[in-house]
Amino acid sequence: MNQQRRDFLRKAGLGALAGIGAAAGMLPLFALEKTDMTVFTDKPVPGKVRWGMLVDTRKCREGCNECVVRCHHDHNVPDFGKSKNEVKWIWKSRYEEAFPTASKQFQSPDVENRNVLTLCNHCAEPPCTRACPTEATFRRWDGIVSMDYHRCIGCRFCMAACPYGSRSFNWQDPRPAVKELSATYPTRERGVVEKCNFCSERLVKGQLPACVESCAGNALTFGDLNDPGSELRKMLAANETMQRKPELGTLPSVFYII
Amino acid sequence: MIEKALKGSRGYWAWVALLLVLIGLGISAYARQMSLGLGVTGMGRDISWGVYIAQFTFLVGVAASAVMVVLPYYLHNQKAFSKIVIVGEFLAVSAALMCMLFILADMGRPDRVLNVLRYPSPHSMVFWDVMVLNGYLFINLISGWAVLGAEKKGVPPAPWTRPLIYLSIPWAFSIHTVTAFLFAGLPSRHLWLTAVLAPRFLASAFAAGTAILILLTFILRKVASFDAGQEARNKLAVLSAYAGVANFFLLGTEFFTAFYSNVPQHKQSLQYLYFGLEGHAPFVPWMWLSLIMGLVSVGLLISPSIRRQNSWLIAACVGLVLSIWIDKGVGLVIGGFVPTPLEAIVDYVPTATELSVTLGIWSIGLLVLTVLLKTAIAVKTQE
Ligand code: SF4
Ligand code: SF4
Repeated sequence: MNQQRRDFLRKAGLGALAGIGAAAGMLPLFALEKTDMTVFTDKPVPGKVRWGMLVDTRKCREGCNECVVRCHHDHNVPDFGKSKNEVKWIWKSRYEEAFPTASKQFQSPDVENRNVLTLCNHCAEPPCTRACPTEATFRRWDGIVSMDYHRCIGCRFCMAACPYGSRSFNWQDPRPAVKELSATYPTRERGVVEKCNFCSERLVKGQLPACVESCAGNALTFGDLNDPGSELRKMLAANETMQRKPELGTLPSVFYII
Repeated sequence: MIEKALKGSRGYWAWVALLLVLIGLGISAYARQMSLGLGVTGMGRDISWGVYIAQFTFLVGVAASAVMVVLPYYLHNQKAFSKIVIVGEFLAVSAALMCMLFILADMGRPDRVLNVLRYPSPHSMVFWDVMVLNGYLFINLISGWAVLGAEKKGVPPAPWTRPLIYLSIPWAFSIHTVTAFLFAGLPSRHLWLTAVLAPRFLASAFAAGTAILILLTFILRKVASFDAGQEARNKLAVLSAYAGVANFFLLGTEFFTAFYSNVPQHKQSLQYLYFGLEGHAPFVPWMWLSLIMGLVSVGLLISPSIRRQNSWLIAACVGLVLSIWIDKGVGLVIGGFVPTPLEAIVDYVPTATELSVTLGIWSIGLLVLTVLLKTAIAVKTQE
């Protein structure tokens, strides 16, 4: 096992400790899952780890939807098509939809037509958690903005507050619209909000997020933004990258190479 | 005291029966929404609030406007308002009740509403809104009822009612300010992200709310032979007129800032509402109707000779209420979602179910108002 991988496992393993507390209501199965306790040396320190992702849009293949399909399958995301009741965690948007405030005049046709993966940014200053009246959506110790489906009252303030359209509400019972039930993540009920969780259920087990794992083009890099030695930070240092709507001060943890 | 609401003319009972039928309709529509989910409404992933939240916003304003009679009467001893104060307070009670029902109707999991109190989150404006709205409802109900009870017995009201009534004055401002903050603190919803939203909410509330009060006094005079007095109406008309001026002035400043600065994000929602955006213009006729009707009504109310003629006064009040209802009860909330964070322009059309629930909640509010006012008038006229 290389150092990078071992580091990742150690940090992700810490998620299990937090998982027992924060996510106990949400993921009772996973919280009780046996984790290899030898990988931790210390307790989770809030703010020590900040998971982040880098999307290299140059490597993301046109027409490929592998990560979307895999994520939506693994998380039992219902498929209502492109209707108003749509639920989605990760999807492709056109460049100017993803970056509406970035300059668009005389854009190179290549970039203009490029599809960009969009998902929750797990903002370091998330407006969604600020607006939530019940702490049903909250920022975890490792920077992941998480959901407690058992606490959410379905008021949709978080949806109005998110500047990225990352959240979906269950306008109708999602279960009949789940094509192939996956045992890796609980299904949700009608009336609550959901969104990408950076695969916290996989991180606990020391696995990379499903989208990252499924990408054949290697377009997605996942890691700890607080660790200057991480692969992610090295790539951020070596490349010109963008965050979505940086002017809003939300400090997204998802970065893009255009 | 409430037993006084059980004695009434045929017209009274016909009105109550009509409201009950509409409430029944609303409940059956709500049952449908409960069994199938909020998907039965026109709301969706992009326009995630609709008529419910819009009605809520408008009605918070109506509730707050009770202060326009309470303040002059209790703080400035304006005797002209002696008969209308109770009408204002009870209007506030029923409006605040409707606000809460609209919030409940909008919730995906109303069974979990108590989570707002179980996990108090002061960083969330909803938490504060729930606090101040409930407080406001009870302050008005208790003080109004106590003063009325004392009047029935022919004794002066208990001394504790005074501080409670004084408290209701800043409280009225707080409910609408906090309601504006629900919207004004959300990044990237540029129609709402403006410091004048709270002042504009207050101005439009005082304009529409007082106009509703004036109309109520006309209705009470006709159906219950209870006249709150021409002088009270005249004074209210002046208040309504200047609140209306303030409202349209603030709206004008919104236009200036958006269009002079030429920042696309600031312009887009206003463009969508008033001119249409990329071929989508569902609200354009409504917004212009609202604007023109509102300005004309304010003009009529400002002119002393016109507002003294009852038929003009009624027309102007109806115009102003409708104007602000379109602006705040439709345009503001829905327009705030367009364009979406991903620059899409999505149209929203409320469904029959949604409208039936809305009508049902309005009917519940009107029924409560009817019963409260019936009691109040019976006491006041010593029936
Ligand atoms: S992208 Fe939206 S949902 Fe995700 S953390 Fe940021 S504000 Fe919240
Ligand atoms: S919908 Fe749920 S998660 Fe979103 S703000 Fe309301 S309670 Fe919080």
